Amino acid sequence: MATSVSDCFGRLRDRGQCALIPFLTAGDPDLETTAAALQKLDASGADLLELGVPYSDPLADGPVIQAAATRALQGGTRLDAVIERVSALTPSLQAPIILFTYYNPIYHRGVPTFLNQIAAAGVKGLVVPDLPLEEAHDVLEIAQDVGVELTLLVAPTSSQERIAKIAQESQGFIYLVSTTGVTGMRTQIEARVQDLLLELRQTTDKPIGVGFGISRPEQARQVRDWGADAAIVGSAFVKRLAEGTSAQGLEEISRFCRVLKAALQSEP
Amino acid sequence: MTYTPTKTDFPQVAQRPDPQGRFGAFGGKYVPETLMPALSELETAFAQYRQDSAFQQELDQLLKDYVGRPSPLYFAERLTTYYAHSDGSGPQIFLKREDLNHTGAHKINNALAQVLLARRMGKQRIIAETGAGQHGVATATVCARFGLKCVIYMGVHDMERQALNVFRMRLMGAEVCPVEAGTGTLKDATSEAIRDWVTNVETTHYILGSVAGPHPYPMMVRDFHGVIGQETRVQCQEKWGEPPDILLACVGGGSNAMGLFHEFLGDASVRMIGVEAAGEGIASGHHAATLTQGQVGVLHGAMSYLLQDEDGQVTEAHSISAGLDYPGVGPEHSYLKDLGRAEYYSVTDQEAVAAFERLAQLEGIIPALETSHAIAYLETLCPQLTGSPRIVLNCSGRGDKDVQTVAQYLTQEHESTL
Repeated sequence: MATSVSDCFGRLRDRGQCALIPFLTAGDPDLETTAAALQKLDASGADLLELGVPYSDPLADGPVIQAAATRALQGGTRLDAVIERVSALTPSLQAPIILFTYYNPIYHRGVPTFLNQIAAAGVKGLVVPDLPLEEAHDVLEIAQDVGVELTLLVAPTSSQERIAKIAQESQGFIYLVSTTGVTGMRTQIEARVQDLLLELRQTTDKPIGVGFGISRPEQARQVRDWGADAAIVGSAFVKRLAEGTSAQGLEEISRFCRVLKAALQSEP
Repeated sequence: MTYTPTKTDFPQVAQRPDPQGRFGAFGGKYVPETLMPALSELETAFAQYRQDSAFQQELDQLLKDYVGRPSPLYFAERLTTYYAHSDGSGPQIFLKREDLNHTGAHKINNALAQVLLARRMGKQRIIAETGAGQHGVATATVCARFGLKCVIYMGVHDMERQALNVFRMRLMGAEVCPVEAGTGTLKDATSEAIRDWVTNVETTHYILGSVAGPHPYPMMVRDFHGVIGQETRVQCQEKWGEPPDILLACVGGGSNAMGLFHEFLGDASVRMIGVEAAGEGIASGHHAATLTQGQVGVLHGAMSYLLQDEDGQVTEAHSISAGLDYPGVGPEHSYLKDLGRAEYYSVTDQEAVAAFERLAQLEGIIPALETSHAIAYLETLCPQLTGSPRIVLNCSGRGDKDVQTVAQYLTQEHESTL
């Protein structure tokens, strides 16, 4: 049974480690595979697991995760089924689950109902890419009440003033978007991420996870060396899981997870 | 004229949106953090330049000399006769001729104003989404006029049914990017434009084409189209010395309707009617009747009525008119609907095509399929009216782009009745 997102980061920080957070889209290609994949990642060095709820209009996502969401929805993946599957899975997982979802499915269900349901299923964290600080107050408040941590995002375009406010309100950790752009694999991490990490570090002692664009071990190691508390890797996992048969995909993501973990644990 | 408005005063209508970009519960800024600073920058620039006399002068001059404003308010005599009651009374129908604007629709009012704003903000690259292609053409046009790089996102399905407009955009030097995601229509094109903006926000201005999207777009686009209502007021005054009794406009995202309505929101005697697309019929499930059939949700940065399923997944809209084929609607329309200040109804593809033919035959004006929805609602509205109320219908666009779609539709209709 996993701890809260904050506690998980606290333990890693005590050991001087940078967390690895793989991302997968729920229901791609089906929920059985998603469950098996999460277990494999849990056993292959993932410290936290980010699970994307497939959405019809994922405007913060690049082609890989868009395609995964389309496949999941075409396969009939429903929100209730995702929550049920997570509920069955969480007791056996070491890594806390962070749910990634756009705002409309939350709003449509009702913010309190949604948060209570995912909390009951053992979800520990929540990331909502289209819910900036100004619109997040209700969710932040209720999340705190039910024991789910809502992590807010900081972007390269965020002003110092905004960064300070977001850092103050964000729960669990701060999600630093490494690039102006959508999710996806990129050949290099922009150098200004280093400055943003420094800036954030001066503002807050909350953990900072860097995501959007990290797809290779050396990139994960780079953000660690720049002071990140976590490297979040999405499209590179989603793409690997989707290639070949389910069994091949599961094998490949386990291997990739171990490679990334090793990179994060290597000497600077 | 016996129509009595259900409410006599709408004081809260005047101060919208609030500083958070809210029209009551609707609107807001539901976008990735990356865009938040750009929205603030845009809000500041808009607030500054709308007061700036040099900006206003340049805009007014271009609206006059380049766009051809003011657009006429035309008395549709034969259409009026067509709907006359047996006693000779009946509604007097006037068309606000936005179809006579340069590029053939109201869309250029906003595209022109936003491009002037973008230049002052130092943005060299312009992006836009388009459904029917009218906003894309308007944007490509103003970019050509000012020598700016222009990228238009358009669904593959819409590129097929609005091929003429694709050609026009490319002719003027715009890059038209096909969007294959989803249904290949306006919703998907808008998502792709937002993704581009997230990626290139530091160099690019996004000319959003409707009163939709995150704050400040619904307010800004409304105000840039406000010239439609302002001219209408003056023209009504000149023609009969009073405001109109009824305003009628089609609603997809809702820009031409807001442009006409905004000026008259405080006139309690003016009835406002928006007409959505009922596609193949509400019961078929294949429609775009967001305000009449949707539930409140969030799409493309704003809270508004939305076509969605029980999981909050946005559902596919359907309309023969590419410009109305959108599962969302501008937040201010949602607000006006809930407030009871404006009424919203829907008409089917079939009714719209019939109205398309009717206006062509009675007035020698071929309207856009979008506009045809507003015209089609006269069939329902006119028999309900007593006396001779004056209706101003926003003739938002011309139908040259739609002749192929209509020809195809009529052929299919004809074959299915054989």
